[in-house]
Amino acid sequence: MADRPVAIVEKRLMDVKLGELGTWLGGRDFTPNGIIASVRRGHDRYYNKYINVKKGGIGGVAMLLAGYVALSYFWEYDHLKHDRWRKYH
Amino acid sequence: MLSRIIIVSASALKGSGPLGAGLVQASRSLHTTSQSLAPVPPLPEKGGKVRHGIFPEEIFQLLYPKTGVTGPYMLGTGLLLYMLSKEIYIINHETFAALSMGAIIFYGAKKFGPGVAAFADKLNEDKVAKAQEVKDVAMASLAQAVEDEKKEQWRAEGRSMIFDAKRNNVAMLLETNYRERLHMVTNEVKRRLDYQIALQDLHRRMEQEHMVKWVEKSVVGSITPQQEKESIAKCITDLKALAKTSQATA
Repeated sequence: MADRPVAIVEKRLMDVKLGELGTWLGGRDFTPNGIIASVRRGHDRYYNKYINVKKGGIGGVAMLLAGYVALSYFWEYDHLKHDRWRKYH
Repeated sequence: MLSRIIIVSASALKGSGPLGAGLVQASRSLHTTSQSLAPVPPLPEKGGKVRHGIFPEEIFQLLYPKTGVTGPYMLGTGLLLYMLSKEIYIINHETFAALSMGAIIFYGAKKFGPGVAAFADKLNEDKVAKAQEVKDVAMASLAQAVEDEKKEQWRAEGRSMIFDAKRNNVAMLLETNYRERLHMVTNEVKRRLDYQIALQDLHRRMEQEHMVKWVEKSVVGSITPQQEKESIAKCITDLKALAKTSQATA
């Protein structure tokens, strides 16, 4: 699929080779506008793939909820550490 | 199922149709490319596949070449056991709450999922039908307008025929008028000539009568009394002779 040479920075993450990762990271837009734009892009991709369809399923929303559950568990881990049954693992 | 309700509410929030046209238009006004986004492509029928409600199908496809069908499940079991044994996932009272909630959600989704899905589908259908109706009405009216326009053009073509007909009418009127006047003239002239003829006849008749009367008068006047006595005596003798002859025959 080498139709025309694309600049490294503009490639999608999955197409970037391991050696080019540094260049790729360096060239990305980390300004607030850029971050907002990338968040919007990610949101649009997820939305258009799982939610903005004629016959969506439970998956679109359930994945978001599962992610929220996992993330909140991760953030509460320091508090939950005290409920451990064994002290040494 | 839930995402369908989200679509309905999200579109109500965005104030745009189920196609998310508002989103498309917002991005179109900001772009400077000449990319044409109309007609908007139709929504995909089904979303990305998700297994067991939370795992996207891509993970299964990723691991299939190396580990076959059971790969991801083995991975999941291994991860679960690791997290339990190292107490990265801690079993406490919340675990029980999560299990109960999970059971209820699972039961609810299995039981009411299709019903809610059908309801949301029906809502979407109604919206689409309404939009389609508007489009159909608009198209019908436009087609009708095209028909009417063609008819008007056809009518305009007949303009020359109208002028010909009018010209014919005017010519006929002129002709009629001319003939009427001709008639009138002929009649008037004939009347005047008849009058003259009648006048001449009258003249001649009056002269004739007058002459006859004058002749009679002069004749009667010329009969002298002497001649009258002689004629009366002759008449009497004639009558006597006649009486005799008649008495003889009777």
